[in-house]
Amino acid sequence: MMLSVILAAAAAAEQGASFTFDWFGFLRAFLSCLSILAGLFFVLAGTLGVLRLPDFYTRLHAAGMTDTLGAELILLGLIIQSGFTQVSLKLLLVAFFLLITSPTATHAIANAAHKAGLAPKLGKYKAPSLDGDAS
Amino acid sequence: MEVFLGYFNLSVAFLVIVSMVMMLGRLLGGPTLYDRILAVNSFGTKTILFLCVFCFVINRPDGLDIALLYALMNFIATIAVLKFFNYRNLGVPLIQEQMEDRT
Repeated sequence: MMLSVILAAAAAAEQGASFTFDWFGFLRAFLSCLSILAGLFFVLAGTLGVLRLPDFYTRLHAAGMTDTLGAELILLGLIIQSGFTQVSLKLLLVAFFLLITSPTATHAIANAAHKAGLAPKLGKYKAPSLDGDAS
Repeated sequence: MEVFLGYFNLSVAFLVIVSMVMMLGRLLGGPTLYDRILAVNSFGTKTILFLCVFCFVINRPDGLDIALLYALMNFIATIAVLKFFNYRNLGVPLIQEQMEDRT
């Protein structure tokens, strides 16, 4: 009788000890959610900037900066979420190409607008002249 | 945790779509041509993000290839539209010396 109670208690204790919280998975989900939320904040802020800012160059500034950083952060969060798989490799490739092409496209748009003579809205400052440019 | 991540990804995809719709306002009502090109470029970037997140929502990683393709095509489309509106022609070489040889 006594022995059976002790054995049952030992089995219950063992079972209780075998229940472990998945700390690694929790940490991964937490980091991924944090990164994705930060990226989402940047993406929404950039969109708001494109809608609200007064002239073209400031809008370009808002979109060009935040799109790159927000996209990279969201893709980083997805990479953390997916783990070490083929999906992660594809996401890494997407992030790499975005990191290269997004600032280049922003620069090309700004250069084309400046060459076409689109004047920025300026207060007391002066725009750099087209003749002085090294391009 | 899987369930929570599913709903989280779904809400992220929804917010990215909200951001895309807001970007459509600048695309339709942009005062200059360059505003519209900027809006199209930004819209494309958000499309890539939406594709990547939505692949995680539906738990099928096939859409990532399309996202990769879209990332490359978006850049080329932006450069092509800029070149077209600069030269009114897509057959112009971009390097100046080649252009002098041609004319």
